[in-house]
Amino acid sequence: MIMNNPFSLNNKTILVTGASSGIGRSIAITCSQMGAKVIITGRNEKRLNQTYIDLEGSGHEKVIADLTNFSQLKDMVEQLPKLDGVVGNAGIVKSLITQASEPKDVDDIFRINTFAPIYLIQFLLQTKKLNKNASIVFISSISGVYCGAIGGSLYGSTKAAIDGFSKALALELAPRGIRVNTINPGMVDTGIFDNTSLSKEQFYEDMKNYPLKRYGKPEDVTYATIYLLSDAAEWVTGTSLLIDGGYTLI
Amino acid sequence: MEQFIKYFANQFDDTDITEFKSETNFRDLEEWSSLTALAILNMMEKKYNVTIKADEMKKANTIQELFNLLQSKM
Repeated sequence: MIMNNPFSLNNKTILVTGASSGIGRSIAITCSQMGAKVIITGRNEKRLNQTYIDLEGSGHEKVIADLTNFSQLKDMVEQLPKLDGVVGNAGIVKSLITQASEPKDVDDIFRINTFAPIYLIQFLLQTKKLNKNASIVFISSISGVYCGAIGGSLYGSTKAAIDGFSKALALELAPRGIRVNTINPGMVDTGIFDNTSLSKEQFYEDMKNYPLKRYGKPEDVTYATIYLLSDAAEWVTGTSLLIDGGYTLI
Repeated sequence: MEQFIKYFANQFDDTDITEFKSETNFRDLEEWSSLTALAILNMMEKKYNVTIKADEMKKANTIQELFNLLQSKM
């Protein structure tokens, strides 16, 4: 018996930002496995090429782009085909206590985590690149939305801003059947934290705070993203999907 | 070194400035915590443009040892 898979991404064209590593890479590859034509962006050419090579099927595209350069972002959007899905994933983490934050830190993290996805959507709408019934998914965080972390005041506020943005955007785009949701993961082990000042010991200690006894894997976030991109989530919009191994329960 | 001690001490709110000497074992300070540790790491990044990870910082127990670690990376 052939069953129509409600989670299939067949015949969908999906843009994934920040696809050269971590969660974005996992999302891009799995989208291609689920039948989508994928357009990936990233800053690092070598690593983006690696993701591109690992995509299954054909017709995919890759764009080397620095999304924090907003004129470059606009040019990129103009070159895009019509989209059925957008995954706003590109982002950075910085562990910085509030009194040590300088204007440049505030500016840098908001540019990539908040302003770039806002402008991306703006440009996509202005150039009418989103098909009816398209799905927009932002990779947000538990930080700033469901909880806080020491050294995470800036990071958390960039993510809280995205959650706020997506709720109003969901209302504005509902008439065209376009859905907007965020995924709010707890700590996901992607190597992104190699750049923070936390120690391995602190990570292992922190892991004990997760009732399901481990940090997230990129796939945990990817499978939720696939769901929200697919027609299975046709009636889901404006939600912040918590995926945290139970972390915020306690 | 004197300047470093000043910056170091400045990350604390309740510990008297006279307690900060090059041979002070900062991990014994009552006010020492993961928060002050992060504050020190941030301070070194901002004031000296040197990024040190918490794992590396573990090697240092006194302010002098931390300063030596910092200098080895400058």
